[in-house]
Amino acid sequence: MDVYARNNINVVGAGDGPLIILAHGFGCDQQLWRPVVDRLKSEFRLLLIDHVGSGESDPACWDVQKYSSLAGYATDVVEIVRELDLHDVVFVGHSVSSMIGALAVIAEPSRIAKLVMLTPSPCYIDDGDYRGGFSQSDIDELLESLELNYLGWSHAMAPVIMGTPDRPELQNELAETFCRNNPAHARVFARATFLSDNRDDLARIFVPTLVIECAQDAIAPREVGAFVQERIPDSRLVTLDATGHCPQVSAPDATASAIAAFARPT
Amino acid sequence: MDTTQVSLEDFWENGPCGHLIAELDGRIVRVNATLLRWLGYDRNALPGRLFSDLFTVGGRIHYDTHFVPLLRMSGELTGVTLDLVTADGARLPMFLTANIKTDAAGQPELLRITAVDAADRRSYERELLEERRRVETEHARVLAFAETLRRSLLPPVLSPPAGLDASACYFPASADDVGGDFYDLFPLSRTKWGFFLGDVSGKGVDAAVVTGLTRYALRAAAVSDDDPVQVLHNLHSVLGQNLGAQHDRFCTVIYGNLTKRDNGFDVELASGGHVPPLLLDADCSATYVDSVGGHAVGLVAAPHFVASRFHLAPGDTLVLYTDGLTEALTGVRRERYDDEGALLRFAKSHAPATASAIAEAIHALLDSFGSGVEDDVAVLALGVPLVTSG
Repeated sequence: MDVYARNNINVVGAGDGPLIILAHGFGCDQQLWRPVVDRLKSEFRLLLIDHVGSGESDPACWDVQKYSSLAGYATDVVEIVRELDLHDVVFVGHSVSSMIGALAVIAEPSRIAKLVMLTPSPCYIDDGDYRGGFSQSDIDELLESLELNYLGWSHAMAPVIMGTPDRPELQNELAETFCRNNPAHARVFARATFLSDNRDDLARIFVPTLVIECAQDAIAPREVGAFVQERIPDSRLVTLDATGHCPQVSAPDATASAIAAFARPT
Repeated sequence: MDTTQVSLEDFWENGPCGHLIAELDGRIVRVNATLLRWLGYDRNALPGRLFSDLFTVGGRIHYDTHFVPLLRMSGELTGVTLDLVTADGARLPMFLTANIKTDAAGQPELLRITAVDAADRRSYERELLEERRRVETEHARVLAFAETLRRSLLPPVLSPPAGLDASACYFPASADDVGGDFYDLFPLSRTKWGFFLGDVSGKGVDAAVVTGLTRYALRAAAVSDDDPVQVLHNLHSVLGQNLGAQHDRFCTVIYGNLTKRDNGFDVELASGGHVPPLLLDADCSATYVDSVGGHAVGLVAAPHFVASRFHLAPGDTLVLYTDGLTEALTGVRRERYDDEGALLRFAKSHAPATASAIAEAIHALLDSFGSGVEDDVAVLALGVPLVTSG
C-alpha cells in the first residue's frame, strides 16, 4: 500500500524538528493548513495528509463502505504512522479529524504521543442532556446543500479534470481542487462526520491532549469543547478569541502558537 | 446625462442584487435595501448579526466548512448556491458571490457579498439533480439485474463426486453487463459425472438467453448421450432450431464426462472451438489438453468437434477457462496476456496445485490485471486430491 499516494502525503519544515501530522476536517483539504504551516515550519517537521475522498488523495482508493465510518479514516492514519515507522507523533486534527485522531491514538498509542483537537465535537446531534447543536433534519439540510452545489462543482472542476485550466489562477496559487471535493464522496464523509457518536471514546484517550476551541463556533459550540476536555483524562482546553469553525484560517497566529507550545518536547 | 448626477448610493440600495458588507468574521456591517426587502427585515435588524445566521442550519454548516475557508484562502467565492431564510422563516434560493476588501497595507479588511435571486436556476438544478438521481437508481437496478441474471446462469454449488475436488470462479469484467460465460458440474449416474464450461458470443441479455438455452440443452443431452461429441452435436441442433439463421450467436464450449476408476477419474471430453484446458500434473508439469481444431457450436452447418480422453490421477488437476483470461490486456503495451505463452508458464509455476489453489491463483492473476480484463472469465478446476494416510 502506497500511503504517500493514497493520502497525498506532503512533508515540509524542519527535518530534525518534532513531527506534527496535520489532518484536515470535513469540507476542505490539507491546503487549509497553509497559514499554520507557514508559522510552524521553521521549528517542526510537518506531515500533511488528505483523507481519501478529499483534496488530492488517490481516487482509486475510494471505498464507500470503508469511508462511511470514521474508523475507516482512522485506519488510514494508523497505517501511515506504521508504514512510515513514525514515533513521538503529535497528531493535530481539525474538526472531525480530532475524532479520527482520537480513534487512531486509541489504536496506536505507542507511536502517537500527543493529540491536538482543533474545534472538535464527539457528537453533533442533540441527545438527551447532551447538546451537540444539531438535529437529524439539520444534517439532511446539509446533505441537500452539498447536492445543490453539485453543478457548481462540476463547472469548477471541469477545467481541472480536462487538464485545461482556463480560469485565472486562484489568488496565492491555491490548487484548483481546494474545497472542491467530489460531492458523492463529500456526502459520504458528511454522513460519517455528522452522524457519528464518539463520546464514549474520549475516556479512552490516554495521551496528553490539547483541545482548542473558538469563542464563537456554530459547529462546535463552547459547551461541546468543555464536554470533550472534561472526559479526556490528560487534557486541557484553550479558547481562541476567534469566530467560526476554521481558526487555522481566521486566527492563524493564535492557532499556531497554541499548537507549538503544546507540541514542543518538555 | 451628466454622469456626476448619477447616484451610486441609489444603485447600491436599489439595484437588482442584494448587497451586503460584513466584517471578516462574518458580522454584518451594512445591507442594501433590495436584500432587506427580500428578507423582510428592518434596516437596523441585521447589523451586528452573523451573515451565516441568515442561512438554514444545514446551509450554515456548509458555509462554515467550505465557503468561509474558500473565501478566506482564495479571496473570492463564486458560484455558490445557498438558501437565505427570511424574517418570517421562508426560504429564498440565492446565488452568492463574494470577495475580500483589503486595506492600504494589503491586509484583509471586509467581506463584500452579493446575492442574486436563484429561484429559476434552482428549479432547473433540482430538475437536473432529480434526473441524475433517476439515472443512478436505474443504474443500480441494472447492476442488480445483471448480478441476478449472472447468478442464475451459474450453479449455486458444485457437486463433485467423492474423491474429486472442484473449484470454480466467475470474474465479471463489468458490473453492469452480463457476459456469456457458463459452467457446471453435475452427477449423471452413481459412477459418472458431467461437466462443461463455455462462452456464448456477445454480451447482454441476448447472450444470456442463449447461455440459459445452452446450459439446459447440455444437461439434457448429457443424460441421453454417453459420447461428449454427440452431446455437442445435440447442442448444435438445439441452437440451430431455436436461433434459426442467427449466426451471430454461437458458443465455444467443452463438454466432458468423468468416470471413477482406481484412485482417479477417466476424463472424456469434446471441444467445440474452445480454448484448450490445462492439465497440471502431480509431477510438477503442466500441459495443454489436445483439444484444438474443432468448430464453435452454432457457427457452421456441419461442425466438427475434437474429442480427447485421459486419466486424472491423484495430484492431477484439470483447469478449464474462457478466453477473457487469455485475451486480458496487460502491461504498458496492453498486450494480450497469452500472446507469448504466459498462461502455460503460469500453470507450470503453480503445478502441482489443488483445484481450489489454482482457481484462487487465477483469480488473483485476474485481479492484478485490473481494467485489462475486458471480457468475463469463468474458471472450473477439477482435481483429484493426493491420497493421504489417515
